[in-house]
Amino acid sequence: MRIIVIGAGAVGAACALALTEAGAEVVVVDRVGVAGETSSRCEGNILVSDKEPGAEALMAIEANRAWRALAERLDGDRVPGQPATEFEAKGGIVVAFDGGADALQRFAATQRGIGIRADVLDEQALRAAEPHLASDIALGVHYPDDAQVQPSLATQAMLARARHLGAQLRITEVTGAVVEADRVRGVLTPTGRIDADAVVNCAGPWAGDAAALFGSTLDIRPRRGTILVTAPMPQRVFHKVYDADYVGAVGSGDAALQTSTVVESTPGGTVLIGSSRERVGFSDEGLLEPLAEIADKATRLFPFLRDTMLLRTYFGFRPYAPDHLPAIGPDARIAGLFHAAGHEGAGIGLAPTTGALIAHAVLGAQPPLDPTPFLPARATLQGVAA
Amino acid sequence: MSIRIDFDGQPLDGRDGQSIGGILLANGHRTWRTAGGAERGIFCGIGICQDCVVTVNGVEGVRACQRTACDGDRVEREVRA
Repeated sequence: MRIIVIGAGAVGAACALALTEAGAEVVVVDRVGVAGETSSRCEGNILVSDKEPGAEALMAIEANRAWRALAERLDGDRVPGQPATEFEAKGGIVVAFDGGADALQRFAATQRGIGIRADVLDEQALRAAEPHLASDIALGVHYPDDAQVQPSLATQAMLARARHLGAQLRITEVTGAVVEADRVRGVLTPTGRIDADAVVNCAGPWAGDAAALFGSTLDIRPRRGTILVTAPMPQRVFHKVYDADYVGAVGSGDAALQTSTVVESTPGGTVLIGSSRERVGFSDEGLLEPLAEIADKATRLFPFLRDTMLLRTYFGFRPYAPDHLPAIGPDARIAGLFHAAGHEGAGIGLAPTTGALIAHAVLGAQPPLDPTPFLPARATLQGVAA
Repeated sequence: MSIRIDFDGQPLDGRDGQSIGGILLANGHRTWRTAGGAERGIFCGIGICQDCVVTVNGVEGVRACQRTACDGDRVEREVRA
């Protein structure tokens, strides 16, 4: 069975790896290259801390387990051209200022109810864990299972392994679809037609456009995020540390700018400071406002950042689904078309489990969890992207 | 004219006008920082890569390749835990 995967981001790479390992012939097609867009413009989060109980939280718990196994498997046996994933089980600390402590306490309790480890830290333990935090933090909760990969390298690693097992990568754009009697037969590219028995749409924020090529609809929209990068420095941030209001920003559907502080060190010595979310289409204008707001809030969390030099900033477009759940599974109309998109900021973290769910949908492999909540045929995704 | 700087307690001699990075290299130091377990020092030498940063007279994040050394400068490695 021959399967085309559209998109060589983290989700496409994970799907390609899962399908290849399940025995399919896989061709990955990307118009830019490996991790050329969203997957190289993020922070590489593998989080359980920001998930409220529900379908995505259960998927995040499974994906956290899957990433640990995958990173160990990938890094333990690297084939030529396969970089290390830089998987780091650094843990997360979510903090609340005065007024937010009760809400964070309640949120953490609901998470513990579904098996997420969320340990309330007393003042002394919080200081010991993050000595450079602001002095007026009201509450800190430690999530030992939060982790991170270097997203570009992790994507390259997954794809390198898939290619080692026989998958092909073509850098070209999918410009059209071959559909006969509502069944996928292949795709068109500027360099010719590629025949296939199935197509998996992993086009991230462009997944709606890709679905339209097949005469279908999938309401996935771009949501812009910006990140600041400091100059390298001695390590002063030891976990992924974020303000509890991040959870509200993640779950919000508001199109207007929202920012919430997320601070963490990288193995290279830089500190990444996020985060912003705004729906501005694919615009690259008006970046100063989110960056200024992020910088301002970050210095409230970590006062030492006031005297820190910034090296650069970057931004990317995350695939936003109106109901905040990824779309994973068969298309509502076209046989042989599958989607794996709409993960917004959780695509890196959910990638391996997304791959497993796609192997289930396309090849009938055993699913790691109930695929039903993520099926793309749900009504909320059938509108045309606004 | 010669100058002397202090590098983690060790006196190093250099020429007037030389960069801190130049003095470190001339005294046999190839790298003076670690990141991700790897040794870092002057990589680009033109102020872009930020790999050669040191603390100078208590000021952190100074690019050794760009900062002209002054007599008596106290230069420290930046250690990542």
